[in-house]
Amino acid sequence: MAAVRTNGERTVNRLAIVSVLIITMIFLAPIYWIASTAFKPRNLATTIPPTIVFTPEISPFVKLFTKRSQLRAPPSQEEYEAAPWWERLVFDGGEKVVRSGRGEVQLSGYPSRFMNSLIVAITSTVLAVGMGTFTAYGFSRFKVKGEDDLLFFILSTRMLPPVVVAIPMFLMYRAVGLNDTHLGLIILYTAFNLSFAVWLMKGFIDEIPKEYEEAALVDGYTRMQAFFKIVLPEAATGIAATAVFCFITAWNEYAFALIMTNRRAQTAPPFIPSQVGSGLPDWTVIASGTLLFLLPVAIFTFLLRNHLLRGMSFGAIRK
Amino acid sequence: MATAVLTTLDPKSRAASRGMSDLAIRNLFIIPTIVFLIVFNIFPLLYSLGYSFTDFRASSNAPANFVGLQNYRDLLADPFIWNNFTITAKYVIVSVVGQVVVGFGVALLLNRDIPLKGLLTTLLLLPMMLSMAVVGLFWKLLYDPSFGIINYALGLGTFEWLSNPNMALYAVALTDIWMWSPFVMLLSLAGLSAVPKHLYEAAAIDRAGSFYTFFRITLPLVAPILMIAIIFRTMEAFKTFDLAYILTSQPTTEVISIRLYKMAFQEWQTGMSCALAYIVLIMVLAITNIYVKYLNKVKER
Repeated sequence: MAAVRTNGERTVNRLAIVSVLIITMIFLAPIYWIASTAFKPRNLATTIPPTIVFTPEISPFVKLFTKRSQLRAPPSQEEYEAAPWWERLVFDGGEKVVRSGRGEVQLSGYPSRFMNSLIVAITSTVLAVGMGTFTAYGFSRFKVKGEDDLLFFILSTRMLPPVVVAIPMFLMYRAVGLNDTHLGLIILYTAFNLSFAVWLMKGFIDEIPKEYEEAALVDGYTRMQAFFKIVLPEAATGIAATAVFCFITAWNEYAFALIMTNRRAQTAPPFIPSQVGSGLPDWTVIASGTLLFLLPVAIFTFLLRNHLLRGMSFGAIRK
Repeated sequence: MATAVLTTLDPKSRAASRGMSDLAIRNLFIIPTIVFLIVFNIFPLLYSLGYSFTDFRASSNAPANFVGLQNYRDLLADPFIWNNFTITAKYVIVSVVGQVVVGFGVALLLNRDIPLKGLLTTLLLLPMMLSMAVVGLFWKLLYDPSFGIINYALGLGTFEWLSNPNMALYAVALTDIWMWSPFVMLLSLAGLSAVPKHLYEAAAIDRAGSFYTFFRITLPLVAPILMIAIIFRTMEAFKTFDLAYILTSQPTTEVISIRLYKMAFQEWQTGMSCALAYIVLIMVLAITNIYVKYLNKVKER
């Protein structure tokens, strides 16, 4: 807006800044609450009134990764002293780490769900961005009959509610044995992200001047060589931004994962809420699992900050 | 960079004539994607279109019987389904209006010289990037009547958010507003910063009041981009599933996606749910169509 001139405008400006700060704090409060609960001792997670000041603990993370059972009797002195530091933290909480017959620590369901999320999100991102970049180039540089209709078709496949697509996919996957497999989820997420990748990448490629390739063609490059040696390097930023968006979408996806997986290939989003089943959930463990799960996305958001507008609007608005 | 590559090339090379034709490359680049999307998006939809005319149940071995349009007729005559649509409409209105008011409001506040503006904007955008299901779950703790931070911060005592049937839908919408106001804010900011400064200067010279400036300059110029945000959020809110499903199990929060999920995967009325899915699909395609038409109109300007 115009430069501040009068006293009145200066006051308005100051008030605006203060309000922005307060609003930012309110918006971040739920995220702060997740982060702080992840470091609370269990008995402080659900107190009346809520506990705000406390000594942080690492025990929720130990509990997050290990399978535990209730202690019937407190551990003997030797047992407690022989245990490594992290196992003592579990003892302190009135539980013990479950070990196999050979004494190996049993893991909770979380690490495998986290790995599943990584596998599915990374593979589907690579596939969607790979195919999407080629297709975007095709749409950007060549005349395609019925281009607008095709692009609308591509977009509309992404706009459907997940449950609508999931019903037939579930039946088809059941017929070919793809339910609860990594491959099944990877295909679904690739299809879901592909349309997004085409739309976003088309915008990025549209911005690369055609003259670059034309000059290369004149100099004897084939169209293929021009694409790989000139267009791809120029589009690197766009490809990276698109990839991060696809990764976040696949990483966060819930409905497909809920319907299509239940154990082997289950990702973190359906797993984390399933911990709040019956009885009193241990919110510190849920918070620590949530925090680890949110961390990659938070980091990516900062890396992406200059492309958020474009990505979130399907490339409709560029800056 | 490009020139460096070019100079290494033999100008007499006949690579161009040896390469694939443009037509072949175009087909090679586009057709696999189209085929992939047809196989994994369109084919399943045709498959469920077929089932929507049957009484098929995926939980039983009984063969599917063709029932014609019976499923569609039953659904459209079912007052409970209409109730689910009404709940969805209420949810869409509350959450989209909330997001526009909060998002546009914050954008107006942010649209000035503020120290650390970039950092603040990024922080404000964080909620919309996070997983709805996982963060939504945590709002259960925030909303808890006795040890939730919301009641404590607002001094509401033991106010029931999620277990009160009349309040639950608004509580879900409130979480949605928290998550997605940043989206409206992001788009509004882009619109606001594109308003030419000289218009404000001219208005100031004419001694126009801030009320007049806002309604005659700011709003009309930001309107197209704000409209994009509104249509986009309407579409998303109409499809909503994760938040409402995770936060509550009240009948008053059973939006259409949840009804569809229950019909398909808990009651196993597969044929019927395929028909309902088609009704929803047609509605979504209609909104998407409006969205794309509008987008193209905005782009042309």
